[in-house]
Amino acid sequence: MTQTLLSISDVTKAYPGVIANDAVSFDIREGEVHALLGENGAGKSTLVKMIYGLVKPDSGSMSLRGAPFAPANPSAARAAGVAMVFQHFSLFDALSVAENVALGMEHPPPLRTLATRIREVSETYGLPLDPGRLTGDLSAGERQRVEIIRCLLQEPRLLIMDEPTSVLTPQEVEILFETLRRLASEGVAILYISHKLEEIRALCDHATILRQGRNVGTCTPRETSARAMAEMMVGSTFATPARTAHAPGEVALEVEELSLPAPSAFGTALKSIGFTVRQGEILGIGGVAGNGQDELLAALSGEITTNAPTVRLHGAPAGHLGPAERRRRGLLTAPEERLGHAAAPDMTLTENALLTGADREGLLARGFVRWRAARAFAEAVIARFDVRTPGPETAARALSGGNLQKFVIGREVLQRPEVFVVNQPTWGVDAAAAAAIRQALLDLAAEGTAILCISQDLDELMEISDRFAALNEGRLSPARPAAGLSVEEIGLMMGGAHDMEVAHV
Amino acid sequence: MLRLEKRPQPSRIWTWATPPLAVLVTMIAGGALFAALGKDPVEAIATIFWKPLFGEFAFYYRPQLLIKATPLILIAIGLSLGFRAGVWNIGAEGQYILGALTGAGVGLALYPLDSAVVFPLMIIAGALGGWAWAMIPALLKVRFGTNEILVSLMLVYVAEQLLAAMALGPMRNPDGHGFPGSRNLRDYPSAHNAEIIEGTGMHWGVAAAVIAVIAAYVLLSRHILGFQIRLAGQAPRAARFSGVRPGRLVLVCLGTSGALAGLAGMFEVAGPAGQVSIDFNVGYGFTAIIVAFLGRLHPVGIALAGLLMALTYIGGEMAQSTLGLPAAAIQLFQGMLLFFLLAVDLLTNYRIRIRKKEVA
Repeated sequence: MTQTLLSISDVTKAYPGVIANDAVSFDIREGEVHALLGENGAGKSTLVKMIYGLVKPDSGSMSLRGAPFAPANPSAARAAGVAMVFQHFSLFDALSVAENVALGMEHPPPLRTLATRIREVSETYGLPLDPGRLTGDLSAGERQRVEIIRCLLQEPRLLIMDEPTSVLTPQEVEILFETLRRLASEGVAILYISHKLEEIRALCDHATILRQGRNVGTCTPRETSARAMAEMMVGSTFATPARTAHAPGEVALEVEELSLPAPSAFGTALKSIGFTVRQGEILGIGGVAGNGQDELLAALSGEITTNAPTVRLHGAPAGHLGPAERRRRGLLTAPEERLGHAAAPDMTLTENALLTGADREGLLARGFVRWRAARAFAEAVIARFDVRTPGPETAARALSGGNLQKFVIGREVLQRPEVFVVNQPTWGVDAAAAAAIRQALLDLAAEGTAILCISQDLDELMEISDRFAALNEGRLSPARPAAGLSVEEIGLMMGGAHDMEVAHV
Repeated sequence: MLRLEKRPQPSRIWTWATPPLAVLVTMIAGGALFAALGKDPVEAIATIFWKPLFGEFAFYYRPQLLIKATPLILIAIGLSLGFRAGVWNIGAEGQYILGALTGAGVGLALYPLDSAVVFPLMIIAGALGGWAWAMIPALLKVRFGTNEILVSLMLVYVAEQLLAAMALGPMRNPDGHGFPGSRNLRDYPSAHNAEIIEGTGMHWGVAAAVIAVIAAYVLLSRHILGFQIRLAGQAPRAARFSGVRPGRLVLVCLGTSGALAGLAGMFEVAGPAGQVSIDFNVGYGFTAIIVAFLGRLHPVGIALAGLLMALTYIGGEMAQSTLGLPAAAIQLFQGMLLFFLLAVDLLTNYRIRIRKKEVA
């Protein structure tokens, strides 16, 4: 078949207290889409940073087309034909597309020439993009195109993509995959990092799986089930969440005509949102990030108050109540951002348990904190949700993302919410922990809690939701029964792809 | 090559080791400064830190220590609550002045009434005066989103003008032959903040400072309000999520620090100072900011830091008179203390690693 493009052999990189990569070896061939799989902290980012010249390996070597390859910095890597699209975009909102592209180039041509080149590349690869548009007006999918085109202009031999689909609608993902397949057919190798296993099965030719810094195996994704790949990532088998059938009860949470101006320049305004959640029911809300998820959560948690009747709890107006009063009435929330929002980074787990549990867990006596009870509550959360930590006196920021997520979800679940609103419950959490969290949500619903789950992970929403609705630019689609919804229907509910028509020209 | 590496958790050892280390580094740098001024550095440092406590005239200086430390501690305790919550009251000096004016005002208005209620009324008036002055930046911040740092600081200068106007006008001693300054409260037993134990410097303000230290300690470590104060300072978004109302916290923190600064001013004017005069305030409100940080914003730490800072005041005066050190050099010395503390504080959250040059 084709030649080896990049060969990585015995690469090791240690940070104080952790070996990020332990003698990792694998090859990437020209024209293949190669997946790099692994849980958070498995060492994917470190490996990619070494290829892109951001980090130097402690030992081991890399070779590019047979020649030794040790980029001292990203510009050396780019000169050698390695390009990377990061998960987080580095674009200036106030500049045009062409200007942003020029900023990322070593020797940018005049803007007019560049604009022509951008048009050519965007047409060749089916990535519609107007070089004259202001970047601030672009959707997340279009911003990603800017980054991709910036890379393609360098005519790379190897294109690294870090979690590229987390900000895209299903239709936009399809467009991206078409582009990547076309690039691969032209001989460009693509290193694709993701933990969305179904996508990898659809796109990638080979997969290398990392676990705790080691290469634990390779597979051909098309011939391997998503479950088998997940188990290779985790290194053990885990249970798929099981749901028991039960009839939903009375309406517990009712939102009507909820409109909010954007809380900040980068926020999203909510526009007449309305839905109901019944006892024992899970309503899943999908949508691409930045379409009003944070604002909706804030309006439900009480961080932003509204007119009393817009939010009703068990029929009683609650829109004017603050977070503490809503908690007292049984409405608990778990925001997406763990550090700094759901938990205070420098405080201990005991203190973080007090943060939302003070009232419902009876941790106060006439305003004085019962620290022993708070500690016991924190210990209960740690034990029940298998939080890996030395103990409740550890600072929240010392926990890994997944463990802290288990803690903040567990903290609310153990308080027996009557209505539970959660945003991105399994974001950045490993597969086994994600399964445990989903199971906890399902168990909670089975006991009669009304659950609103906001997530960008459609597989997750399909797995646990009874009904599904999508947020798009601050508007919520009507909720539909989740069973039987097709990916296309979901995609259209999420607003479809921007500039779809152009893409199919 | 030196490199800084963030610690996963703040170091407990360094949290408490940095203030003594900062004192040590200040002594070294201060010694160098004094040497550059042509003084013997060892003797200068000894004069500041040792002689007031154990020297020939210690019997005179030791009571001074409590007298100087009391306003610093009272004010710093109040400030520390706000600083922990991210509410920056820089205008304690003004609240201190207002407390002195209202406290002394009540005393002077009741003169020559001989009653046990005079002094308690003055205490309440002093606290209220400081509180009201602090409420100006607090309400402006809550209502209009103004910056409390600027407003509270600017009100210091307003307070100083008010002090001068009072000393020259309404509060001037009618029997004072036209000299500026009020009646001396030391000559009015009902209003005098006398020593509780003769010759120790222990006046009623000392008792108030001790109560403030204990109350602040209990508040911060045991009460939900103290938890909310810490939470708001460390993670404002998490605090809102928890249900803390930021506006209420601003009012509580600025109000408390204002009231404590007002109390400090009242105890000072009724005791050690004795009268409202143009040069009544000597910068305790600003020095207390250093005391608060030097004490790690912790009540016990603040008590120790207040005593240490009082020592540099007294020792500094001694060094001025015996060694002829300029007053500016002493102020510089005190300022260095905060400067070095902030610098070595880095060690609490970072560790220094020596890195060999990497082979490319």
